[in-house]
Amino acid sequence: MERTKARDTRFADSERQLRELLVKGLGGDAPAYHGFLKALSAHLRAYFRKRLFQRLDDIEDLVQETLLAVHNQRHTYQTEQPLTAWVHAIARYKLVDLLRAREAREALTDPLDDELEVFAASDTDAADARRDLDKLLAELPEHHRLPIMHIKLEGLSVAEAAQRTGMSESAVKVGVHRGLKALAARIRDSL
Amino acid sequence: MKTDELISLLAADPALEPNTVPRRFTVALALGLALAFLLMVATHGIRPDLARATGEAMFWGKLLFAGSLAFAGLIATQRLGHPGVRLGGVRLALLAPVLALWLVAAVVLVAAAPAQRSHLILGETWRTCAFSIALISLPLFAATLWALRGLAPTHLALAGASAGLLAGSLSTMVYALHCPESGAPFVAVWYVLGVAIPTLAGAMLGPRVLRW
Repeated sequence: MERTKARDTRFADSERQLRELLVKGLGGDAPAYHGFLKALSAHLRAYFRKRLFQRLDDIEDLVQETLLAVHNQRHTYQTEQPLTAWVHAIARYKLVDLLRAREAREALTDPLDDELEVFAASDTDAADARRDLDKLLAELPEHHRLPIMHIKLEGLSVAEAAQRTGMSESAVKVGVHRGLKALAARIRDSL
Repeated sequence: MKTDELISLLAADPALEPNTVPRRFTVALALGLALAFLLMVATHGIRPDLARATGEAMFWGKLLFAGSLAFAGLIATQRLGHPGVRLGGVRLALLAPVLALWLVAAVVLVAAAPAQRSHLILGETWRTCAFSIALISLPLFAATLWALRGLAPTHLALAGASAGLLAGSLSTMVYALHCPESGAPFVAVWYVLGVAIPTLAGAMLGPRVLRW
C-alpha cells in the first residue's frame, strides 16, 4: 500500500514536470524541449527494458525510434490530455510494430496496457543502438539530409544553420521537418 | 548515432505551426466533397425533381441520417488519430443514427400493407444504390485517409474503418441529391450497406496505408 502510494506520487510528479517541459517546448523553448526528450528517453528505456528482457539489443533502437515518433507526431498531443496516455500509446504502438515485424509473439511476456508504467521508473544509461541512424540518414536524398546534417554535426541552431547555408530559416525548418519524417519512414521500412 | 545526439537534433526546432490538423481536415473534406459531387453529377445526375423533393420529409431524413453519421465519423476519425485518446461516447453517436433509422423503417414496414413491403425495401434502384454510394465515396475515401495520415493512429484497422465510414456517409449525402427513393426501409438497407462498403475497405486498407 505504502509502496504503491510512493510510486503514484513519483509518477504524478514525472507527469507534471514532463508535461510542463513539453508544453514550453511546443511553444518554441528549445532547452525545455531538450530536457523533455532527455527525461522521456530515460522513462522509455525503462519501459522497453521491462518488456524486452530477451532482446536487450532492441531497446536503444526502440528508444530512438519512439523519440523520433514523439517528435514527428508532437502536433497530435492535446495539452488537456494526460501526457502519460499519449506517450504510452506511441511507445506501445512502436513496440507492437517491432514485435509484429519480427513475428516474435513469445517475447510478449507482460500485459502491455498498464498505463502508469511508462513514467514509473527511469533508466538513464543509454546502451549503444544496434541500428545506426547515421547510416539511414546517409541514405536519404540530399534535400532531406543536408538541413539535418548542418544542425546535427555542427550543433548549430536553426538560425545559425540558416546563416551558414544561406537558406531562409523557414526553409531550414521545413527541411529538418521533412527529413525527420523521411528518416522515420526509413526506419519503418527497415523493420 | 547516440541517443543524446538524436535528442539534440530533435530539440533544435521544437516549435509547432498552429492548427495544422483542422486545416488538413478542412482541405481534405472540401476537396473530397467537391470531387464526389462532380462524380455524382457526371455518372448519375441530380434528380430532376429536386425542387419538389425538398418539400418531402424523407429527402431531409436521408440527409439527416447521413449527416449525423458523418459528424460522428469525423469526431471518431480525429480521436483515433490522436494517440491515447479513447472513442468513448462517440461509439454511441455512431450507432444512434443507424438505430434510429432502423426503428423508423420497422415502424413503416409494420404499418404498411403486406403486399407493399417488398417494394418499400427494394424500391426501384436497390440493385445499384449501395454500389453507387461506394463509387462516389472514392475521392472522399482517398481524402479522409490522406487527412488521417497527417495524424498518428495507433489502431490502424479501426482508424481506417472510421475514415471509410466518414467517406461513405459524406458520399451518401451527395448521392441523396440523385437518389429518387423515398421509403425509409429502402434507406435502412441500401444506404447502410453503401456506407458499410467503404468502412470495410478502410478496415482492410488501414494497416497498410496508415503506418507511421
